[in-house]
Amino acid sequence: MELDSLYQEVILDHYKNPLRKKLEPNYSAQVHHVNPSCGDEITLNVDVVEGKVKSVSWEGVGCSISQASTSIVSDLMIGKSVDDALSTVDAFSKLMSSKGTEAGDENILEDGVALAGVSKFPARIKCALLGWMAFKDATLQSLNK
Amino acid sequence: MKQMFTPAKIKEDFPIFKKVMRGGNRLVYLDSGATSQKPFAVLDAERDFYENHNAAVHRGAHLLAEEASLAYEGAREVLAEFINAQSDEVIFTKSATESINAIAYSFGNSLPNSRFALKPGDRIVVSELEHHANLIPWQQLAKRTGAELVWFSIDDDGRLDLSDIKNVISETTKIVAITHQSNVLGTIVPLDSIVDRAHAVGAVVVLDACQSAPHFAIDVKTLGIDFLAFSGHKALGPTGVGILWGRAQYLNEMEPFLTGGSMIESVTMTEAKWAPAPKKFEAGVPNMAQAIGLAAAVKYLTKLGMNNVAQHERELTAYALDKFAALQGVKVIGPKDNVNRGSVISFTMDGIHPHDVGQVLDQYGVAVRTGHHCAWPLMKKLGLVGTTRASFYIYNDEADVDALIASIGEAQKYFKV
Repeated sequence: MELDSLYQEVILDHYKNPLRKKLEPNYSAQVHHVNPSCGDEITLNVDVVEGKVKSVSWEGVGCSISQASTSIVSDLMIGKSVDDALSTVDAFSKLMSSKGTEAGDENILEDGVALAGVSKFPARIKCALLGWMAFKDATLQSLNK
Repeated sequence: MKQMFTPAKIKEDFPIFKKVMRGGNRLVYLDSGATSQKPFAVLDAERDFYENHNAAVHRGAHLLAEEASLAYEGAREVLAEFINAQSDEVIFTKSATESINAIAYSFGNSLPNSRFALKPGDRIVVSELEHHANLIPWQQLAKRTGAELVWFSIDDDGRLDLSDIKNVISETTKIVAITHQSNVLGTIVPLDSIVDRAHAVGAVVVLDACQSAPHFAIDVKTLGIDFLAFSGHKALGPTGVGILWGRAQYLNEMEPFLTGGSMIESVTMTEAKWAPAPKKFEAGVPNMAQAIGLAAAVKYLTKLGMNNVAQHERELTAYALDKFAALQGVKVIGPKDNVNRGSVISFTMDGIHPHDVGQVLDQYGVAVRTGHHCAWPLMKKLGLVGTTRASFYIYNDEADVDALIASIGEAQKYFKV
């Protein structure tokens, strides 16, 4: 079924048991992002220490895609250098705009490749990007501090 | 005697129902609250205008200009009759949103001695049920003028709480802007006491009829309101056309919203005099083909009979509410009884976000709306991130409701809730 390309098992797992979904008290930047067309919203904390992502944590409400995607990005980024983290975000953005033509590099995106099918559903791409854009925003804000 | 109302026959008038949807399914269109589908009669009317009569109205000395003007003004008469108004009280706008903004900006442009002028201490009253289109224009008008924005709240069933009407519509109230039917909950607002109280304090009543005018008979004289707005595209008409109705006496006193060609009586380099309504409010070459398409739409509805349309939708809503009541893990948001309630059913599902519900339903050809429905304050009040909404119209039948119910079951299976 066409739906299965959207809702991979990995996504449903992250949705039911999201990772890093509890705001950490220590952070270098906190952002609040909303998806105005569907009302999804997340608050995301990033702690950047000496050019490295020390922690990512979040709270929020949203659909399975946005929740799973935020879970995936939060877990994936911890321990990466800022440069590496930002280029990983770019790789994910590129995957989302691929209209289903790319599978994504599992070495870079890990569980994030499970979201590749989202790129075939234009209305859901913004759901998948919510957490990633929040992470990028928070990380850039951390650098400017 | 009840007339035969056969959605299957009506569906044949709407070419879109031939479309094959995801999963090879037929289209089960339950999103008419967002926009209705269009019958051949409307598509043909627009095409005929462009093919045979296209010219700028109210200017030009040629045959086409004459025909275009006659068709456009004829459309105005059809719309006037549809809501029992005088034709010079009916203004074509681009949307209901523009209609409401036209009133708000006109009031905001009033000279200080005008009855429409607002100042600090004046009050504008809305309700928690409002669509953003009937909230933000008033919220912003209040900000610009220093007036106070006050609203009716709702009870647990999504009905308007009018118990404190005398305090809400205070002596200082100048405008009461209210929806006729909630686009989210289907609640039909009781207007009599609101209109009586508003008029007792000298306020005008603006009615957002987007969810009512397409679905049941509207008579502006019986309702006793002062202004009314609705969109064409929710009433089988084309996009890009809306209706603004106002009492002639008020329209004549009001300032225009947009200025430019067509809306003037005389012009010098430094001054302009306005044409009488409705022209005063129709600057520029109007949306002729869309107005004519909308006239064809309301003719189609009138032929079915608005009372028949209303009865059909009431019966279908009763059928659907019964089916919903039997579902586990599914909660109807809004009135559960079928009294003063339109053909809109919003619901939430345990463990599945509305956006995911909509996605699974789509796999079965079932088209619904999901999210906050442009009524974010209402969602916050209800403590929800959003709902899934099914809305019914003339072409829907019990088979469509059955398909909806079945696909809800599939969503529960898919998400294992």
